[in-house]
Amino acid sequence: MKKIEAIIKPFKLDEVKEGLMEIDVKGMTVTEVKGFGRQKGHTEIYRGAEYRVDFVPKVRIEVVVPAELLSEAVKVIEHRAKTGQIGDGKIFVSSLEEAIRIRTGERGKEAI
Amino acid sequence: MINAGDTAFILVSSALVMFMTPGLALFYAGMVRNKNVLATIMQSFIIIGLVTLIWVLWGYSLAFGPDISGVVGSLSWFGLKGVGLSPSPDYANTIPHQAFMIFQCMFAIITPALITGAFAERMKFSALLVFIALWSTLVYSPLAHWVWGAGGWLGKLGALDFAGGTVVHISSGVSALAAVLIISKRKGYGKEQFIPHNLPMTITGTAILWFGWFGFNAGSALGSNGLAAGAFVTTHVAAAVASLSWMFAEWILHGKPTTLGAASGAVAGLVAITPAAGFVSPISAVIIGGLAGVICYMGVLAKSKLGYDDSLDVVGIHGLGGTWGALATGLFASTAVNPDGANGLFFGNPGQLWIQFLSIVATCIFAFVMTFVILKILDAIMGLRVSEEEEVRGLDVTQHSETGYSF
Repeated sequence: MKKIEAIIKPFKLDEVKEGLMEIDVKGMTVTEVKGFGRQKGHTEIYRGAEYRVDFVPKVRIEVVVPAELLSEAVKVIEHRAKTGQIGDGKIFVSSLEEAIRIRTGERGKEAI
Repeated sequence: MINAGDTAFILVSSALVMFMTPGLALFYAGMVRNKNVLATIMQSFIIIGLVTLIWVLWGYSLAFGPDISGVVGSLSWFGLKGVGLSPSPDYANTIPHQAFMIFQCMFAIITPALITGAFAERMKFSALLVFIALWSTLVYSPLAHWVWGAGGWLGKLGALDFAGGTVVHISSGVSALAAVLIISKRKGYGKEQFIPHNLPMTITGTAILWFGWFGFNAGSALGSNGLAAGAFVTTHVAAAVASLSWMFAEWILHGKPTTLGAASGAVAGLVAITPAAGFVSPISAVIIGGLAGVICYMGVLAKSKLGYDDSLDVVGIHGLGGTWGALATGLFASTAVNPDGANGLFFGNPGQLWIQFLSIVATCIFAFVMTFVILKILDAIMGLRVSEEEEVRGLDVTQHSETGYSF
């Protein structure tokens, strides 16, 4: 099992979700987050005073998939979240030891 | 003789002006950080209570009571003694004297509330109460007497101030300047970010102010008549044009038209038209409002350069806007609009501009010196600021044991 964690532009969330559903990913968790990478922040203006805002709003999605689905899932996120502009985000992949469905007690792949 | 239409109009106008102070509270509170939202609202809200009490006890008497040498009213109307339900011979003789008194009460409330924007986010609540009580008694009442009181020296000089450009806006703006010089900057000013925490709240407040201002200016006709309609129109026109001019000025200089800019512009236009409302034509109001938006925006920009921390721009908007409005009255006033007024410079009477100038200077000096002295004394006796730790935690928790938002 693999865990994919992707930080993407908020307006790309729907496209990514639809893409993942098409390849039969069973679920995902979404969080609104703030941070910075190469894009850095932006400037806000209040009555002429400019303020640098260093943290940019992003969406973080977490998806757990069986190992055989990994490359396809990553490809979907990479394609669908891409605009080609700075600030498109990142994808992190890690191995996952165990998954448990609380209701039934199923373990491993069955629980995803 | 009491006139039913006039009385109804002034009572409704009084209610409209009352509503401006909670509106101001929201206007200000949206611009502070969320740890100070309640304290900022409270600084305006409690003034409704405090100044009303002062007004009925001695404030109204000092402002409008029998004249003492043109400078102040006597205390013979203490506790509204003799201020009854029949018209006063000196003020608005078609409405009950108490209707005039309560209309004026609402002006006395909002004026000190305006000042609180200057020292937002750092003033100790107890010191605020004492300051407001003293300021209302020693600054507002005499100033109101000078301009509007029977026998007041600025009124006798012929200074035109329809609804309070000098008494309300210049006085609060200049007092705000004195206050920030004494109270000094917020901790972290210039280094940390002071980003407004809820601009929709500020816009809501602006809408309430604009709405209430119809009572403020049209009501100052003190009758339900043509003059009231004229003042209503110039008020609305100036606010509308100023919201546009501030927005465009900002768009040109900073690249983006902001909602806070549009809202600030509307308030600047309302401030500037206040002394002129019943003396100028709608087209003059277009010019007064248009320039008000640009002048006040420049004033607010200059603040950052000068480096003083007038948190919510009371000096830039009320001080500068009020000054422009008082001068503009001396330029654009016309007896064709209001035969009881006077002509301004553009209508062949340059002398009026000089009288307006004198009234501005007198108001500025008096308000600045008095506020400076009052705050210096209070600072020595009780301290004006919260402690550094309290300032960092926020005034809501430290002054009032509450928080505005719980998530």
